[in-house]
Amino acid sequence: MLKHIFKKPNIEPEVPVSIEYHKCIDCGTKVDLRKFEDDLKECVCGKSLPLSARKRIDSIADKSSFVELHKNLCTVDILEFKDYKTKLETAKKASGELEAVIVGHCSINGLLCCIFVMDTHFFMGSMGVVVGEKITRIFEYATINNLPVIGFCASGGARMQEGIFSLMQMAKTSGAIKRHSDKGLLYISDLTNPTTGGVTASFAMESDIIIAEPKSLIAFAGPRVIEQTIKQKLPFGFQISDFVLNKGFIDLIVKRKELKPELAKLLRMHCKSEK
Amino acid sequence: MANDIKNKHNKTKQSAKKSKLKMQPYQDLAKTKLAKTDPGSAIDMVAKARIADRMCGSDFIRYALTDFVELHGDRAYGDDNAITCGIGFLDDLAVTVITLEKGKTTNERIKRNFGSAHPEGYRKALRLMKQAEKFERPVICFVDTSGAYCGIGAEERGQGHAIARNLMEMMTLNTPILSVLTGEGGSGGALGLAVADEVWMMQNSIYSVISPEGCASILYKDEKKSPEAAEALKLTSKNLLSFGIVEQIIPENDKTLSNLKTKILEKLHSLLQLDPAELIKRRYDRFRKIGKYEEKKEILIVN
Repeated sequence: MLKHIFKKPNIEPEVPVSIEYHKCIDCGTKVDLRKFEDDLKECVCGKSLPLSARKRIDSIADKSSFVELHKNLCTVDILEFKDYKTKLETAKKASGELEAVIVGHCSINGLLCCIFVMDTHFFMGSMGVVVGEKITRIFEYATINNLPVIGFCASGGARMQEGIFSLMQMAKTSGAIKRHSDKGLLYISDLTNPTTGGVTASFAMESDIIIAEPKSLIAFAGPRVIEQTIKQKLPFGFQISDFVLNKGFIDLIVKRKELKPELAKLLRMHCKSEK
Repeated sequence: MANDIKNKHNKTKQSAKKSKLKMQPYQDLAKTKLAKTDPGSAIDMVAKARIADRMCGSDFIRYALTDFVELHGDRAYGDDNAITCGIGFLDDLAVTVITLEKGKTTNERIKRNFGSAHPEGYRKALRLMKQAEKFERPVICFVDTSGAYCGIGAEERGQGHAIARNLMEMMTLNTPILSVLTGEGGSGGALGLAVADEVWMMQNSIYSVISPEGCASILYKDEKKSPEAAEALKLTSKNLLSFGIVEQIIPENDKTLSNLKTKILEKLHSLLQLDPAELIKRRYDRFRKIGKYEEKKEILIVN
């Protein structure tokens, strides 16, 4: 459904291989490839390429503070869905990860928090049982240990190949988030390109503070599905961060490079003084 | 303004008349669909679940509830006719009933937006669930939808947010909730009213993360392969009972309504006996245990 979004960035820039620079697909700005990597794959205009979960963690966590939890949870082909096993293997190879989310705890400018990071390189970041389970577990862990949670969402929605079980993950994660919230703990979500479907309709939108990356698609139904349903072309910028901000569904838009100090600031404001 | 709407409505009515989309043809459509499919197959079940004059929540309200009062609006944007909410007596028990359904006649279908709710519908439902919690009334939800509406207005008003909110709040709602899937249980749009202490399905209803047509067009790039997709998604009531996603299948026969009434009353009375903390814990555990995965002991490295 949302394949085109993921495919777009993979288009090789039409330049000779010897000159290594990145040309923004949005504004056309050319940047040296190394500088582009340093800028966390984000153009000056805000348009970015998908960042792997590990790189994202490096970009916000204090050096070597990240401890991964539940990393050996593996997906089983619960419905015996055609070609699912092969696709899982391909996804594993493409991303170097076992599933579409990494969970753990880390510190940000010395402040301890739990973190989950979704990775679109794995199966378009779709939510299956393991994604739901890992996120549920990290919220349960945070609830027990009185820790805030920071979550990076990036997903094409529920994972069709796990059928109804993937749908139920929406309810499962929501339950864990509610318990965490009822204990007076902070949850900040950062919506990255794209955050859609079942993820939008559950943990992405259930946080106390919703941050979004610039120029990200944030939607329940993807633009193509809507266009097919209403048989109309959608206006420019529909469902993109700025639009969603104007409609009142996110709190703020923050660039990748500026995120760490922003998160640290917010975390500090929610620290309860230890007596 | 009002006249504009009236004219528009009349035009829709006329065009509906022109295209002969009255109640009868709907049923015929369903029947022709039925004739083409193998009886007992998953796609046959899908066709049955979509028959226009199936039993729906409103039928139950008319049959089982006395003094039913419909309550409107989400107190923020508007009212959504796809979802009917209200309170009434089920025997001596005051209950809140929320029903999402497609409508049986053309006019009703148009009014109900073919059973696809907007964010204000989910917000209205949540408002009335919170009200039920306050007055210690149990909640009964009936669900028949192909999915939450995907359109410009729905997105602008935060469809994802509205559903997410419902999932979160229903998980800890301090009163019994019972959900009955009467026809199609379409993805997040259905789940938004189905985070309950028990979820029941009518014998010929379905519950799925995506429609078989949607699944076929993504997976096989061909909508016509929806029978295969329906089979693969394992969306029938039998499948879902065996997975533990639902607790009961309600047989469909001429005693469906009376049978359903008895069962609902029994269940609500037993749920009302529970300590509220216990009720919420059970609801959490109900969803917590769903799904299978493998937990390997050794450290796995992907190359």
